[in-house]
Amino acid sequence: MIRRHMLQAAGMNTGIPRWNGRIRTAISVSGAIALLAVIMLGSRLMGSEGLAVSLEERNMAPSPAHLFGTDWLGRDMLSRTVKGLALSIQVGLLGAACSTLIAAVMGLAAATLGRAADRCISWLIDVSLSVPHLVMLILIAFVCGGGMKGVAIGIMLTHWPSLARVVRAEALQLMSADFVLVSRKLGRSRMWIASRHLAPHIGPQLLVGFLMLFPHAVLHEAAITFLGLGMSPHQPAIGIILSESMRYLSTGMWWLAVFPGAGLLLAVWAFDRIGGHLRRLTDPGSVRL
Amino acid sequence: MLRLIAGFIGKKAIRLLTLLAAVSVISFALVNASPVDPVQAYIGADVMRVGPEQRAEIAAYWGLDRPFPERFLKWANALLHGDMGTSMIYREPVVKVIGERFLSSVWLMALAWTFSGVIGFAAGIAAAMRKDSWIDRLIKGFCYTLASTPAFWIGLLLMMLFSVWLGWLPVGLSVPAGVLADEVILLDRLRHLILPAVTLSVAGIAPIALHTRQKLADVLESDYILFARARGVSGLALIRRHGLRNIALPALTLQFASFGELFGGAVLAEQVFSYPGLGQATVEAGLRGDVPLLMGLVLCSTLFVFTGNTLADFLYRIVDPRMRAGKGMIR
Repeated sequence: MIRRHMLQAAGMNTGIPRWNGRIRTAISVSGAIALLAVIMLGSRLMGSEGLAVSLEERNMAPSPAHLFGTDWLGRDMLSRTVKGLALSIQVGLLGAACSTLIAAVMGLAAATLGRAADRCISWLIDVSLSVPHLVMLILIAFVCGGGMKGVAIGIMLTHWPSLARVVRAEALQLMSADFVLVSRKLGRSRMWIASRHLAPHIGPQLLVGFLMLFPHAVLHEAAITFLGLGMSPHQPAIGIILSESMRYLSTGMWWLAVFPGAGLLLAVWAFDRIGGHLRRLTDPGSVRL
Repeated sequence: MLRLIAGFIGKKAIRLLTLLAAVSVISFALVNASPVDPVQAYIGADVMRVGPEQRAEIAAYWGLDRPFPERFLKWANALLHGDMGTSMIYREPVVKVIGERFLSSVWLMALAWTFSGVIGFAAGIAAAMRKDSWIDRLIKGFCYTLASTPAFWIGLLLMMLFSVWLGWLPVGLSVPAGVLADEVILLDRLRHLILPAVTLSVAGIAPIALHTRQKLADVLESDYILFARARGVSGLALIRRHGLRNIALPALTLQFASFGELFGGAVLAEQVFSYPGLGQATVEAGLRGDVPLLMGLVLCSTLFVFTGNTLADFLYRIVDPRMRAGKGMIR
């Protein structure tokens, strides 16, 4: 009650309601979760009738019956977009989660296993950061022979270095904290220290890192699929839809490219905002970044 | 000063050598572990006409029956002599293909790099000067949105708008179709360059603008700015005298350090506009299994990113007078 009153008072000064960071975070998180739920549930509930070919309804511009229009085979673009987004988000989640795991293991190993391991891992991070992501993704997708496996493995193996660097720095700082020093003198093993003392501290970092990685993972998935090295053309991925639409753009069928891309933009943007808000909450020092 | 630079270059050269060695070992091992059969990829559609003996012969001719270390050493030895092998799809030496492609890509990337740098820098300054005003919010919102926009989608939108709908600019390629190479004039090339370059630069604006905004906002809160304001300096003169000097170098450093994203963006932009550059060659090599070209491009892009990072480091460590003075004091 009091909070609402204060908000109103603050809002009256400027004419715009002003919310503090926590409320804005809550709003953005719930908005993004709602978006995710809509996409996931939508792709489940819609079934595949929208994807069926119906030649009478080819090349239709957006209308109430087909909000996003239909393509050259009469498939409903709305269902294709939703299905494609669901697929992209799944691959992105998988890739980003594995990447975060790799980053956590690498960062903790660098901090706890001594100087040689630290040198090795830092060098590995440097090497991975000095090849452009997309080129590395193309190489890995080629090596895996394309398909969803190639994309997921590629994203896993290319996105961890920057987060691993953050984790390593954080863990190294913790290693010189008193409670860790005492624990080491008490004869605790490195594994014990890493899992009991360091891991809980880097948890929030990992969560934020994961949320920051996720948009990149989705964008890279769409990009590599767009280039033709990712998902197979039979799957309704956003990258596939966009690369197919390129052939029909010159005939003026703008809806083939505009809506799927906008959907991808919205999904990525929502998660990027969550990441940004949560980072501010867990790490107030970076508020002004 | 000279000694400092010499030491810097020496250190960087060693780093470059180890880096290239590591990247080549890793990518060679990756390709080696690939389930794609190189003989099969080479034969392609002629599957029916090539018997098992001929396959074995091709494999032996290429040395595919040798163990991994031997093959790697042979390849690395050739690489050291400047021979990257022959591209399977272009039937030309990889070095030549990369050289030709690089020339057309470098124009694209240089143009986009300059665009995004200048626009991002200006936008960042504008946002910081009017912090928390509507223009700041607009620029910030725009940057955040840009950062989560797929670059190739922007390319598609631009193509629809300017090539299909308005018909102002060509749809793709780097030169007009059906015109002899000698008759292509510079204007044609430029016209074909505009859309890919704009696509590529749009992707690079956001980081530089947000960074500049942040840096300048910090500077504007400092005591010396307060003092300058008290002396009556204001507006653009204030920014020019006290702001630019402090923010130009970090911005330039950031811009040089973004060569990796630039290359990745070029791959996408070139694919959208069928612009014959390095990026398109990378995609082709990946799609059609041209291993020598792909390896060459991986090394080439690594070298490119390394150059950018080294320049960034150079600016940061040696050009910045404060860092130089700091080093002198430590000695």
